[in-house]
Amino acid sequence: MSEAAISIHNLSKRYRLGTIGRHTLIDETKYWWHKLRGRDPRKAFEKIGYGATERRRVEAEQAGNQDFWALRDVSFDVQPGEVVGIIGRNGAGKSTLLKILSRITEPTSGEVRIRGRIGSLLEVGTGFHPELTGRENVFMNGTILGMKEREVARKLDEIVAFAELSAFIDTPVKRYSSGMYVRLAFAVAAHLEPEILIVDEVLAVGDAEFQAKCLGRMQDVSKEGRTILFVSHNMAAIQALCSRAVLLRGGECQMIGNVQEITEAYLKTHLPKASHLPINERTDRSGDGSVRFTGYRIRNERNVVINAAQSGETITVELDYERTVMNDQPCFIYFRVASGETRQEKFLCFSRVSHPETLRLGRRGTIRLTIPKLPLLPGRYVVHLFCKVGKTVADELIDGLELFVVDGDFYGTGKLQKISDNSGVLVSHQWEIVNSA
Amino acid sequence: MQTTVIRANSPWWRIPVRELWEYRDLLTLWVKRELTAVYRQTIIGPLWFVIQPLLTTIVFTVIFGTVAKISTDGIPQFIFYMSGTLFWNYFQGVLNQGATSLVSNTNILTKVYFPRLIMPLSGVFVQFAHLALNSLLFLGFYFWYYFRGSAMEPNAWVFFLPLLILQTGLLGLGFGLWVSAATIKYRDLRFALPFLVQLWMYGTPIVYPAKLVVKPILKFVLWLNPMTAVVEFSRYALTGRGSPELWGLGLSWFVTALVLVSGLFLFNKVQRTFVDTI
Repeated sequence: MSEAAISIHNLSKRYRLGTIGRHTLIDETKYWWHKLRGRDPRKAFEKIGYGATERRRVEAEQAGNQDFWALRDVSFDVQPGEVVGIIGRNGAGKSTLLKILSRITEPTSGEVRIRGRIGSLLEVGTGFHPELTGRENVFMNGTILGMKEREVARKLDEIVAFAELSAFIDTPVKRYSSGMYVRLAFAVAAHLEPEILIVDEVLAVGDAEFQAKCLGRMQDVSKEGRTILFVSHNMAAIQALCSRAVLLRGGECQMIGNVQEITEAYLKTHLPKASHLPINERTDRSGDGSVRFTGYRIRNERNVVINAAQSGETITVELDYERTVMNDQPCFIYFRVASGETRQEKFLCFSRVSHPETLRLGRRGTIRLTIPKLPLLPGRYVVHLFCKVGKTVADELIDGLELFVVDGDFYGTGKLQKISDNSGVLVSHQWEIVNSA
Repeated sequence: MQTTVIRANSPWWRIPVRELWEYRDLLTLWVKRELTAVYRQTIIGPLWFVIQPLLTTIVFTVIFGTVAKISTDGIPQFIFYMSGTLFWNYFQGVLNQGATSLVSNTNILTKVYFPRLIMPLSGVFVQFAHLALNSLLFLGFYFWYYFRGSAMEPNAWVFFLPLLILQTGLLGLGFGLWVSAATIKYRDLRFALPFLVQLWMYGTPIVYPAKLVVKPILKFVLWLNPMTAVVEFSRYALTGRGSPELWGLGLSWFVTALVLVSGLFLFNKVQRTFVDTI
């Protein structure tokens, strides 16, 4: 066996409690004030939108621990040319692992040996400056990612062609649409030529077509024999790209092996049982808390609350909410349904585009979302739910609610479509034969 | 094939010189970006950086020269204040840019690795460009006064000026590194810095000649400030007036070296894990 491209040996990262998250006297005071009154300090910090790791940290502190281990004794090797996926729930230590591998921060103990030039993409478009033109930003971003100016110059045409932006390359990027911006940013990243590539969920950007292009580019890169370490929530992408996977849980490496086995294990044990905890008691949410979802029900056509919907029936989702901050900002609700098994997106209900007026939310109430002719095949689905007020996310639940669908007569033909038909979603349609003879 | 080893507690004394050299293109582009991005969509562009010290000089001339009537040692007031301001602005610019380099670039530094020293180091060059621009203006005034027969006798010390400029840059860098490392822990420093720098300016012979300070202990304190020698010697080089103290120059070099080296080490130690606390 050849020498490993990345070998990670007993890697640990400890955060000392009280040293991250709260930097100012005000934050510190707020934290202690909440503790003193016997309240859950997590509540105060959730509102500011602290990340997953921070939540685990606060939990550790409450359990009376002095330290918090974001990573603990993680060891594994990645062989040259392998594409390895890193899977784990929020707060499992994925980001910390990536940060250490990309040398953004140091581990507390342990060692990593990396053989070959390393390029890491934790974000696309790092260092983009709005006032600079597309061309200037390509150079800036390329050198930040570790390329030489010469290299960027050599690849400039390729990058511009990949981003499909040749007409706008000398326009300041502040005039770009967000789609153009992301395309340019990814194009630079895609043309890095390191031997080892570390990729965070950057694929979760841009439109579907561009995502497919990015995924294709990653596959090309892996075929060129380069080593890739890939972190994503998108199981479909992980399965498509990776040969092996590593499952992290609570900072520890729980399983390593064949990508199929690992994703199955993850989906079985790690999917949050969304419906088991009432929505208002859940803590796996982010946002500033100015609006909070407090409950939900799903009703059928006859206004009966149901546990499982039938394909093809009209359902109404009722979302209860509370609003603490009243202002004139428009509110948007985002309701995205994805498969509970693969996390593949099925459809999206986004009030900003599908509702003619903006939603006016009061202090407390219910949002009713009606979906006529539910286009889903039988199975378990999860809903990514969020509410935006103006530009800020007020409440977001990645696995907001669970939706079970059973067989139903979608087409009104008395026949059922089989799940094994791989049809994605169901759509109404007609057939017609026009015989000319 | 290059091997990167990531380990806990990499030694604070190992400054990644080779890596810095490998990233020189980034330094160049970063300096360019800092210089050009600021002026986009402004009408007079870089001229803003000339107007500001010019106004400072005029204000000093009016307040300290005309109203307070502080001696300028026989040097034309305008030249006296402007030469001091020139060096002080360079020092202050490098210091400020270095001091805020980690905190203000968090979004980049938490996403990608490159030798962190690039950020404060770029300040030395960016501010040097401003200094060069301002020097042109200064030289214009200087020659105008010179040919009108003002009492100024430039001497061989002018060849020493580049070294004084370099020293100013390195000194600003050294203090900048110190402050940026300390700001990670104590954010308050960010608010205190402008005030402290202002005070420091009055502790430097910019609006008064060093000659005015005669009490030995005060004189020692004044020359302990490494900027004193820079300002005093540059003025002496250009006008032949002032009180250049050779021991003061030596002391100032010593302090500069001390601040720079300790700043480099401290910064190098802090940059390893600063993203955890930022």
